[in-house]
Amino acid sequence: MSDARAPSVVQQLWLLATTTTTLAPHATHLPAWLTAVCASLLGLRVLLSWRRGKVPHQALILLIAVAAGVGVKIDFGHFFGKDPGVALLAVLLCLKLLEGRSTRDIRAAILLSLFLQLGLFFYDQTLAIAGLALTGALLATITLLSLQDENAPPVAQLRTGAVLLAQGLPFMLILFVLFPRVQGPLWGLPADAYSGMSGLSDSMTPGSISQLGLSDAIAFRVEFHGSPPPPTQRYWRGPVLTSFDGRTWRTGRFTTAAEPAYVPAGPAYDYGLTLEPHNQNWLLALDFPPPGVPQARYTSDYRLVANAPVRTRARFNLRAYPTTAVGVDENRDVLTDAVRLPATFNPRSRALARDLATGTPSHDLILARTIEHLRRSDLTYTLNPPLLGTHAIDEFLFDTRRGFCEHFASAFVFVMRAAGVPARVVTGYQGGEINPIDRTLVVRQSDAHAWAEVWLAGRGWTRIDPTAVAAPRRIESGLAAALPEWEALPFMMRPSFSWLRDLRHHWEALSNTWNIWVLGYNPDRQQDLLKRIGFSRPDWRTLGLLLGLSAGILTLLLFIWAFALRQQRDPLDRAWSSFCRKLARHGAARHPWEGPVDYGKRLAMTFPRHAARLKDIAGRYARLRYGSSTDDRHVRDLVQCIRRLNLK
Amino acid sequence: MARQRFDSLRRQVDRWLFRVGRPDPTPLVLRQRRIFVLPTPAGLAFAAALMVMLLTSINYNLSLGYALVFLLGGVAFASIVHAFRNLLHLSLRPGRSEPVFAGERARFSILVSNARPTRRPGLRLNAHGAIAAFELAANDTADIALSCPTERRGWMRLGRVVIETTYPLGLIRAWSVLVPDQRCLVYPAPEPFPPPLPEGTADSAGRRPGHAGDDDFAGLRPHQPSDSPRHVAWKTLARGGPMLTKQFAGLVAGEIHLDWDTLPWALGTDARLSRLVAWVLAAERGAQAYSLALPDGITAVDRGPQHTATCLKRLALFGNGASADV
Repeated sequence: MSDARAPSVVQQLWLLATTTTTLAPHATHLPAWLTAVCASLLGLRVLLSWRRGKVPHQALILLIAVAAGVGVKIDFGHFFGKDPGVALLAVLLCLKLLEGRSTRDIRAAILLSLFLQLGLFFYDQTLAIAGLALTGALLATITLLSLQDENAPPVAQLRTGAVLLAQGLPFMLILFVLFPRVQGPLWGLPADAYSGMSGLSDSMTPGSISQLGLSDAIAFRVEFHGSPPPPTQRYWRGPVLTSFDGRTWRTGRFTTAAEPAYVPAGPAYDYGLTLEPHNQNWLLALDFPPPGVPQARYTSDYRLVANAPVRTRARFNLRAYPTTAVGVDENRDVLTDAVRLPATFNPRSRALARDLATGTPSHDLILARTIEHLRRSDLTYTLNPPLLGTHAIDEFLFDTRRGFCEHFASAFVFVMRAAGVPARVVTGYQGGEINPIDRTLVVRQSDAHAWAEVWLAGRGWTRIDPTAVAAPRRIESGLAAALPEWEALPFMMRPSFSWLRDLRHHWEALSNTWNIWVLGYNPDRQQDLLKRIGFSRPDWRTLGLLLGLSAGILTLLLFIWAFALRQQRDPLDRAWSSFCRKLARHGAARHPWEGPVDYGKRLAMTFPRHAARLKDIAGRYARLRYGSSTDDRHVRDLVQCIRRLNLK
Repeated sequence: MARQRFDSLRRQVDRWLFRVGRPDPTPLVLRQRRIFVLPTPAGLAFAAALMVMLLTSINYNLSLGYALVFLLGGVAFASIVHAFRNLLHLSLRPGRSEPVFAGERARFSILVSNARPTRRPGLRLNAHGAIAAFELAANDTADIALSCPTERRGWMRLGRVVIETTYPLGLIRAWSVLVPDQRCLVYPAPEPFPPPLPEGTADSAGRRPGHAGDDDFAGLRPHQPSDSPRHVAWKTLARGGPMLTKQFAGLVAGEIHLDWDTLPWALGTDARLSRLVAWVLAAERGAQAYSLALPDGITAVDRGPQHTATCLKRLALFGNGASADV
């Protein structure tokens, strides 16, 4: 094996195509400097191949590797984990490519790029990425192929690679479906294993939700069994934030229980919720879920939480009672916490609260006055609120008057508390868009929302959405309708792109199927599938048996293919070789160097009784083979003649 | 010692596993039972990488990771069949091999035929450490030369030949072991600086040794296949005449008798053979007639390439009683 040989240009090009396909999508999450390093190393490689320049000295390559390692350490703070791991792999691959001295280097680079391909799935497993990975696998196969068969033209290499891939695909399908699935993780994951999952957090500072407002990513999907609730009731409950330090809202104390602390009442909506992984355990149920949700508990602030963080796409069958009264006899400690404020900040808001509360002990009246005040304050709802200083709420209410939902909720709750009314911030999602293709309600990160809850005697916790005061259309028809026209919306949300939106609906319906059947294929779904085929109690032995059986069939088909392309010679050659075989059995095999006429002469001497016929056959073959006549009839005659030949 | 044990072990393995015993009949067609496949080191590395990727996929619940690993595994598996198919139904026949002197490289030629209407790339033949890489076009036959180092005089068998391929991905090696019935005659190495030829005897009186009448042109006679090309009357041929051989009068005279027994006693068998070979070559070069007397018989006086070949063959096989007649 010629491992030390320098790779040819075609081999290098295939390798370059493979690595580019693998590396390019990584640019979306790698630090910019690292992307630049990788791109320039690849560029250098192309330049070297083009100009047939010399590979840089090994010491220089080592130096770059060490420098990149240090850069990764500085950027990520550590080496262990998937993000720095993928970053290091990317640099390593580029350096290996630059080195590229021998076919062994190419093989190593291919293995590295396969690892990197896998690394991409940490960040993205969409249909598009799957297509890219398939292309990458094809290119990797062709690169390996070109090492073995460098004389073939690239088109032939492409064809053979495609054949190999096509033959590998059925194996992939049966293994994917039947390989016994284990629910990971097998061992402890590095701390950053689930970073990069976007969504709400358990705290809120000015700007944290408007960040999400720019994201088109899907938070969850909902299928209502029956008609969906009106938009004004589509509040998906996330973290409830009670404690405030002047700038940041955080979750307060709460307890969890197996049963909710309320009795569901009023109309009910059944729905299935498919939650994207967000690495948190809140489930974003619609207000308010009834008791009896499996694998989940109920908090004292009326959230539904899973027993473990949601790290894979998960599906829940839920029910909601939106008009249930909650917290009518709320715990005194909770109410005390709900009026607590830091002493120093926001003097002007406190003064406002004092004004609003003068002359009335009625919380309902204070609430009405506050809402009225906000309505008259000419506040603007915007995705790009100005930066706020120390007295953030004062500045929002009296100076800038521009804010996103978190500003509204935060200011409202602050004023209510300053006036002595128990209030708290609730974050979650509001609204969502119904996909007309498959009728699912799609809730995106841009639907993230913050609202308020006020505790009123006799009515319990009552939802107040201060955003609705300034931008009522936010609640009725979503973000796009509520923002002023000149605001930068997520691209697809712009009304002028309605046809694009249609396209996106189709795409997302497809993605939903993809998510459920491919990405969401887990041990449970595997069991379901086997049960549906008709195995009542499938276990790993059933899987092994099915797997062995189908793999055996596929292998058999492959071997049939291997044997199939055999005899396709023309009838004349076939007849002649059968003639030679016949005589070889009688001890007169044709010598490799013997022409038909000479062979005929020798046969005539060996078998004097059949001399005339043997010479005739050999002569006729020679004439048909080498002469100008190509009459099929003569060939058929000869074939007949050879078939009837009997030397006994 | 260890080397011998290894060889005998390998012979046993060959017999048991690879069904190699007596030389194979020709033409030898590679069928499924003779073709073996195992992963190459690169294939093992690939498998290890897939294993790591599978564990990662399980640990992080990467559905597409599973898919990628299974796809690559499927492709690697299909490549086993491709490698197997690349050898399947190849037919091999022994070709000619010219005698060589010990120490030169023996050149064995093997005719490999592809009866399939598709290419077969990335094939290798391997015998005695000599490797020949080649590829076959559709329905093509190639004459593959294996040049193996020689050490001893006598018949050299080609012996164990391995035909192998790591096509298509280099992850799998498919191979077949065969023993074609093929041998090459190895003449003893000529002595590098031999003493001059012994003087011609009897009626060669008056002629200087080693100089026996080379250019006394005597006439032309019809060409025989055994005649040296140096003596063909090329000019006559070029003028369109028949192929004739020039005869030289002097040749008849200087007969040399090369005799084993006249060599110094001190010389061992191989040294004697080497000297005799050197003399045979010198006599042939000088176009002299000579006879060769060895303890096991005498080859009568003659000349020409055929005679030389006969003498050299006797010298090559001298003392190897068993193989002398084969």
